[in-house]
Amino acid sequence: MIVVQTSDFDPGMEFERLRVRCAGRAGALVSFTGLVRDLNEGDAISQLTLEHYPGMTEKALVEIKAQACKRWDLLDAVIIHRVGPLQPNDRIVFVAAASAHRKDAFQACEFMIDTLKTDAPFWKQEDTSTGKRWVSGEENGET
Amino acid sequence: MVRLRFFASLRETLGTGDEQLELPDDVSDIATLTGLLQNRGETWNSALADPRLHIAINREIVKRDAPVVDGDEIAWFPPVTGG
Repeated sequence: MIVVQTSDFDPGMEFERLRVRCAGRAGALVSFTGLVRDLNEGDAISQLTLEHYPGMTEKALVEIKAQACKRWDLLDAVIIHRVGPLQPNDRIVFVAAASAHRKDAFQACEFMIDTLKTDAPFWKQEDTSTGKRWVSGEENGET
Repeated sequence: MVRLRFFASLRETLGTGDEQLELPDDVSDIATLTGLLQNRGETWNSALADPRLHIAINREIVKRDAPVVDGDEIAWFPPVTGG
């Protein structure tokens, strides 16, 4: 499942849906949830706005999931990414993988979030006390 | 016609995110199209000269020698920062 949305998601519910879809076959579910921090580059962040390239974003995420499924033995995988204005502590991204054995799910989950950060057309703009600024690709820290 | 898209900081710098352009006969690849846009003035010239920019044709990342044909959607954007 690949979703780009402005609304929040429920990681517990997504995890449960994945478990049900892979019922009996899955021995491992691994998920990652990315959150908005209230500090970046030493400055307080009051809001984070995510811009994206509609159409290309979904295509990039489908490709990332397909690469993960090709490289590891997965039963299913999920990528949900939010766009629009977000506040500190809001959820930005959810990535999950289901597999028969834990190693495939762990590695695929890490691969999908790492690849998403370099290949999917999303851009972050931060609101700081001195105004808005775009997060530079080279300085993009861990979420 | 081709559709030109610009995103994030580049969109703000150029003051446009989406436009239609009649493709001139002598423009056949990304490099010449980018050069044509750079002739629009100093803002366009310096913004599009940034070697870190990514370029996509019809939502696929391409290199600067990629051919451009009528009907394409061409996008320029800075390094991505999602996740």
